[in-house]
Amino acid sequence: MAEYPPRLHRLLSRVGGIADRQERIQLLIDLSKRYRRVAEEVARPPFGDEHKVPACESQAYVFPVPNDDGTLAFHFAVDNPQGISAMAMAAILGDTLSGVPLDQVAAVPTEVVYELFGNELSMGKNMGLMGMVGMVTGYARERLAGAA
Amino acid sequence: MMTVIKDRGYARPEALVSTEWVADHLDDPAIRVIESNEDPLLYSSKHIPGAVEVDWTRDLNDQLRRDYLERKGFEKLMSRIGVTPETTVVFYGDKNNWWATYAYWIFQLFGHTRAQVMDGGRLKWEQEGRPMTTDVPSSGSTAYRAPERDDSKIRAFRDHVMTHLNAKGQLVDVRSPEEYSGERLHMPAYPNEGALRGGHIPGAVNVPWARAVNAADGTFKTAAELRAIYQKEQKLDPKREVIAYCRIGERSSHTWFVLTHLLGFPNVRNYDGSWTEWGNLVNVPIEK
Repeated sequence: MAEYPPRLHRLLSRVGGIADRQERIQLLIDLSKRYRRVAEEVARPPFGDEHKVPACESQAYVFPVPNDDGTLAFHFAVDNPQGISAMAMAAILGDTLSGVPLDQVAAVPTEVVYELFGNELSMGKNMGLMGMVGMVTGYARERLAGAA
Repeated sequence: MMTVIKDRGYARPEALVSTEWVADHLDDPAIRVIESNEDPLLYSSKHIPGAVEVDWTRDLNDQLRRDYLERKGFEKLMSRIGVTPETTVVFYGDKNNWWATYAYWIFQLFGHTRAQVMDGGRLKWEQEGRPMTTDVPSSGSTAYRAPERDDSKIRAFRDHVMTHLNAKGQLVDVRSPEEYSGERLHMPAYPNEGALRGGHIPGAVNVPWARAVNAADGTFKTAAELRAIYQKEQKLDPKREVIAYCRIGERSSHTWFVLTHLLGFPNVRNYDGSWTEWGNLVNVPIEK
């Protein structure tokens, strides 16, 4: 397993410890219920294309908000009520990578999707979820580059 | 507002049922509602009461070879989901029934013709505020004797596609225009469904699969609207064989369903090897 920020690492260890597929699905569904749409103080629709996750058919958007300590808080909007996996991914990324040192966020590989969801996703679904990870890590890299 | 199914001019309107019809048959023991989705979390999050799940990766594919399950696996699946040869199965799912029609098509390889698709799929059912549950039905196992899988009528393999191509047969590439043109080859870090070469099979017309549905509620377009796309715009001749393909054969199963059941083309095959096979084959013709 790659080196992940502590909160993400703990979640991945939890998911990795679940051998039963249905149990893992239930955990991801529970996580999807923690998804909260981006607050209007942060972003109001219609959202700009620059925030739109590429290749995500669930129409997911990512909004980075700088914290005072230089880290980022990540907010999401998933404009598809059937986008349960995208909502789970949004909740996971928001919970585990917000407020995390940017170099650690930037180093999260998109393949983390496999560790969370397994290898049974379709190409489209995988691309969308990987796109969400890529947007988050990309924002971290951009900010790191700006600070350099 | 979309008209009722029987008034849309379909060749085989009985291939579709409405959400209302399904709602009226939830307790009908002769009907088994089956949900097939792309998103693996959806069924467990909630589903139509009494519906069972058929998962495209676990249930329909051989777990070793790139192929579908064989007779014994199909019998086991049908037994597990409580289906007998007399049961009418009704498929529905996410993404405008994309995966539902894939499951439907595979069921046809085993001759389970008592099969229908719920028009509008999960989207329409949810839009209408119809009941959903997290309860998984205890269907009880059934005895199901299936024939051997018959790949000879509605499935195409690469040799057949090559012969068809050389005879200037009709091909429909149902992928996105970017995939068809070769602009999009495969995604980084996504080798499983990628291809070494981009483009399309020479002579194939491009009709993205989702053009056959109304985006607002996932229902199928009327026969007249479908004819305008496939026959008038793309000049497909219903009297001649058509082979549909996409990347792995799932999107093209949707088009297969449309051409076969809604427009009544008598000879349509789904090339499930699709671009992940053709785009990786050595020395086959490709057009961009």
